[in-house]
Amino acid sequence: MAEGKYIMVAGAGKVGWNLARELIDKGHEVTLIENDRNRYLTVEQELEHSVHYGDASELWVLERAGISRADMVIAVTGDDEDNMLICQVARQKYLVERIIARVNNPRNREHFELLDIRPYVSATDLILRLLEHEVPDYGLVHLLDLPEERLEIIEMLLPDDSRVSGKRVGDLTMPEGSLLISVLREGQGFVPGPDTVLEAGDEVLAVLDPGLEEELKEFFGSADGAGAD
Amino acid sequence: MFVLIVGCGRVGSSVARTMLQEGHDVSCLDEDPEAHARLEVSLDKSWEDSGGRFTVGTALEADALLEAGIEQADAFIASTDGDNTNIIIAQIAQQRFNVPKVVARILDPLRAEWYEQQGVHTICPTKVAIEMLEAEVLEAAGAGSPEAG
Repeated sequence: MAEGKYIMVAGAGKVGWNLARELIDKGHEVTLIENDRNRYLTVEQELEHSVHYGDASELWVLERAGISRADMVIAVTGDDEDNMLICQVARQKYLVERIIARVNNPRNREHFELLDIRPYVSATDLILRLLEHEVPDYGLVHLLDLPEERLEIIEMLLPDDSRVSGKRVGDLTMPEGSLLISVLREGQGFVPGPDTVLEAGDEVLAVLDPGLEEELKEFFGSADGAGAD
Repeated sequence: MFVLIVGCGRVGSSVARTMLQEGHDVSCLDEDPEAHARLEVSLDKSWEDSGGRFTVGTALEADALLEAGIEQADAFIASTDGDNTNIIIAQIAQQRFNVPKVVARILDPLRAEWYEQQGVHTICPTKVAIEMLEAEVLEAAGAGSPEAG
């Protein structure tokens, strides 16, 4: 992001406060809005005039903080309904170009999707994603999802009886809409060429269109068709 | 008609009782189990025996809305004590569950007005109170106004 953006952050909890500090350090103009008087007074000792006292879901509070000239609004309060509302009015009423919403309860993700409040960030999901990555007996791991760009990057461990084990990459017919981009073997990553021979135990990285996970899992999976998990 | 009322405080519970007495099917959802007692105020038998339904659950949880019967609802009233909750669940009822009649109680006149323009039908008690108070005071002022005299 270019220097000197005006960014509004709703909610001065741990996330909002640290985020505001980082953004200020990067040279952005930041207004942090906090509804709890005591919390506001605590944060104000450090961030001074950059923190405002008020309810960020009140339209006049947003207007007083200058939302009409905001380049970005980030809603990170502890209440999902507040985050949804703040982002909704920011984008639809005040025509703020970029919004980011925090999801506290991952079960509310479907509401963010329904109301098209994107992108959203869920700490629970991020940790689950990491867990999934750390657990040894995984099948396919999502490394990156870009729903807007309709793109995913996944990682998969080739099982002992993988149907592609011992095959040249040049001889593979990858499912349409997917591409093998990297192979991790014995701790080393490399970009495979047509002559690379895949081995059981390799971790393969592939880029794919959303929805091809199952097909890809089968493609790299066990020869008996049971899949990797 | 099947009416689902989310948020069973003074407003929600009164509307619920009236709808039931009018012969409609009524289901209430509230996160506080105690809200059930409020429904039975002035009833001579229990809420269930009177024909009502009551579900304990959080308004934003789709499972709770489903359990309370949102898929069958002909009308949906969002009357929790949170304006933002009411605005969001009203949109969920409209856009996801296609409930034909959706009304949200919004205390903040500014949010109520803007969301009304966005197609969320809102009732703003604060605005009604403001208008009534203004009318009363202006009438009194008109009666004894120095400008008028």
